[in-house]
Amino acid sequence: MNAEQTAGVAVQSAPTQRQRLTLWYILRRWPILPVILIAILVTLGLGANWIAPNDPIDQSLPDRNARPLYQDDSPYLFGGDHVGRDVLSRVIHGARVSLSVMAVALSAGMLIGTGLGLWAGYAGGFVDEVIMRIVDIWMGFPFLLLALVAAIIFGASFSTIMVLMILVAWVSFPRNVRADVLVLKESNFVAFARISGASTTRILFRHIFPGTIGTITVISSLSVGNLILYEATLSFLGAGIPAPTPSWGNMVAEGRDYLQTAWWTSVIPGTALFLTVMALNFFGDWLRDRLDPRLRQLG
Amino acid sequence: MGQFIARRVLLGIIALMLAMLIVFSLSRVKGDPRYFFIGEDSLGIDPAVWEEWGRRLNLDKPVPIQFALWMGDILTGDFGDSVTTQRRVLDIIREKAPNTIQLGIVAWLLGTFVGVPLGVFSATNRGNTLDYIFRGFALFGQSVPIFWLALVLIFVFAVNLGWLPSGTKGEGVAIRNFVLPAVTLAWFPAASYLRITRTAMLEILDSEFIKFARAKGVAQAPVRWKHAFRNAIIPPLTLSVFVLFGLLNGTIIIESVFAWPGLGRLAIDALWATDYPLLAGLTIIYGLAFVVMILSLDIIYAVLDPRIKYN
Repeated sequence: MNAEQTAGVAVQSAPTQRQRLTLWYILRRWPILPVILIAILVTLGLGANWIAPNDPIDQSLPDRNARPLYQDDSPYLFGGDHVGRDVLSRVIHGARVSLSVMAVALSAGMLIGTGLGLWAGYAGGFVDEVIMRIVDIWMGFPFLLLALVAAIIFGASFSTIMVLMILVAWVSFPRNVRADVLVLKESNFVAFARISGASTTRILFRHIFPGTIGTITVISSLSVGNLILYEATLSFLGAGIPAPTPSWGNMVAEGRDYLQTAWWTSVIPGTALFLTVMALNFFGDWLRDRLDPRLRQLG
Repeated sequence: MGQFIARRVLLGIIALMLAMLIVFSLSRVKGDPRYFFIGEDSLGIDPAVWEEWGRRLNLDKPVPIQFALWMGDILTGDFGDSVTTQRRVLDIIREKAPNTIQLGIVAWLLGTFVGVPLGVFSATNRGNTLDYIFRGFALFGQSVPIFWLALVLIFVFAVNLGWLPSGTKGEGVAIRNFVLPAVTLAWFPAASYLRITRTAMLEILDSEFIKFARAKGVAQAPVRWKHAFRNAIIPPLTLSVFVLFGLLNGTIIIESVFAWPGLGRLAIDALWATDYPLLAGLTIIYGLAFVVMILSLDIIYAVLDPRIKYN
C-alpha cells in the first residue's frame, strides 16, 4: 500500500510502460468484454431467424428435458425444455424479444422524457413546477402492481408490455435534462440567438438540445439494463411476453418447476439475461465516467 | 418546516388519487366491469344477481360519480370482496401483511449493514484488490435478476446441499426460513448502498476539511468514521427511498418464488386467478406504503441536513 492509498486521496499514478501492456490494465481501462458481449447479443437479436439452429416454438416430445452438450443423444447444445424445444434457439430468439421491447420503450421514453425536460427547463415557472411534480409522483408509483392489474384487464401481450415499459422509461430523463437546460439557457450563445431573432423552437432544438445529448446518452445507457430486467421480471411473473413466444423471463418461469430434473431450462436463459444486463451496466458506468462524472449520483 | 411537510403530504395524496384513478379506469375501459368482479361464472349468472352487482358498483350513475363513490368506499376501508375467496380484501391484506413486513425489514437491515460498511471499506482502500472485489460484487448485485438468483440459490442450497428450506415461512419466526428469501431480497439493496456510499466517501475524503484533519494529526479511524462517514451519509439515506421501493417490488417476485405467505404472493395468486378486486386493493395499499415511505424519508432528510430548504 502506498501513501496515496492510505490517505484515501483520489490520485491515480501514471501507468508505467509495463503496466500499460498487461491484459488486466487494458481490460480495466476499456470496456472490451462488455462491448464484445453486447455486439454478440445484437447480432443474435438481429439475425435470430438465421442463427438459431432450430425453431424456437417447435415442440418435440421425445426430446423433453434433453440434456445439454448433446449428452445421451440429445439433439441440442443447451438441452431441451419441458416440451422438447431447443433452449439455445429460444435463448437466441429471447434476445430478439428483449432487445426489441427495450429499444421501443427506450426510444419512446427518451422522446417523451427529453421533451418534457427541455420544456420544463426552458419555460420555467408553472410549467416547470407541474412537470417536475409529475416526475416526483411518478417515481413513487407501484408500477409492478399496476402492470399486474393491466395484465388482468388486457391480458398479457406485446402492446400491453410496451406501453407499461414506456410509462416506466420516460421518468429517468426530465430531471437531469432540465438541470442542463437551466444552465444552458443562461449562456451567452442562447442570449445572442435570441437577440438575432431566433424562434423559441429554434433556440431549443438548435442551441440547447445539443448540449443535453451527453446527459441523454448517459441516462439511456444506464437505463437499458434496468428496462431489460423489468421486461424479464414482468414476463417471469406472467404479466409480460405471453407464453409460446420465447422471452428470457418466461423461460426462467417455465423452467423453475424442473429445477431438480432439468436445471438448464431456467439457469441458461437466466445467465444470458444476467450477462446482458451486467455488460450493459458496465458499459453504462464507463460511459458515464467518460462523458459526465457528475451523474454519479444516479447510483 | 410545517409548510414543507404540508406540501409533501399534499403531493402524496395526489399520487395516491392518481394511482386510484388509473386502477379504476383500467376496470372501465374494457366493457362491463362486472366481469372483473364476478369471475368465471359470469356467463350463466342469474339476471337478478347481475342487476344487483350493477347497483353495487353504481353502474347506473355517470362514470365520474362511480369513481367518487368507489374512492369513498376505499377511504372507509371497503375494498370489496375477493373474487376467489369471497372474503373482504382488507381482511386478507391485514392477515398477510405482517409476513411481508417482517421479510422486508430483515432484508433492509441486511442490505444496509452489509452495503454501507463495505462501501466505506471500499472507498478507504481504493484501488486495491478488495476494492475491486467489492465493486465487482456491486456490479453483480445490480445486474443479477433476483428471480433467477433466487432459483440458483434454491438449486444450490436447498436442492443440492439440502442445508436450507426452499420456501414457506412456517409457524412463528424461524431464522432458517428467513435466510434464503432475505438474502436474495437484500442483494440488490446491498449493492446499491455499497456503490453510493463508496462514491460519497471518495468525494468527502478528497475534500479540504479531511486534508486539514489529517494535517492536524487526527488518527486514521476517527478521520474515516467521525469526519468522513458522517458527511457521506446523506446520499445513502436518499437512496433509501428507492431501496424501499425496490424491496416492496422485490417482495412480489421473491414471495412468489419462495412461496412466502405475504402480500407479494397474494398479488401473483390474484394475477393468475384474475382476481381484480384483490389486486386493485393491493395496488392501492402498496401505493400508500410508497407514499408514506417517501414522506417519512423526506422528513428525516430535512431534519438531518439543515442545508435543505423547506420550499
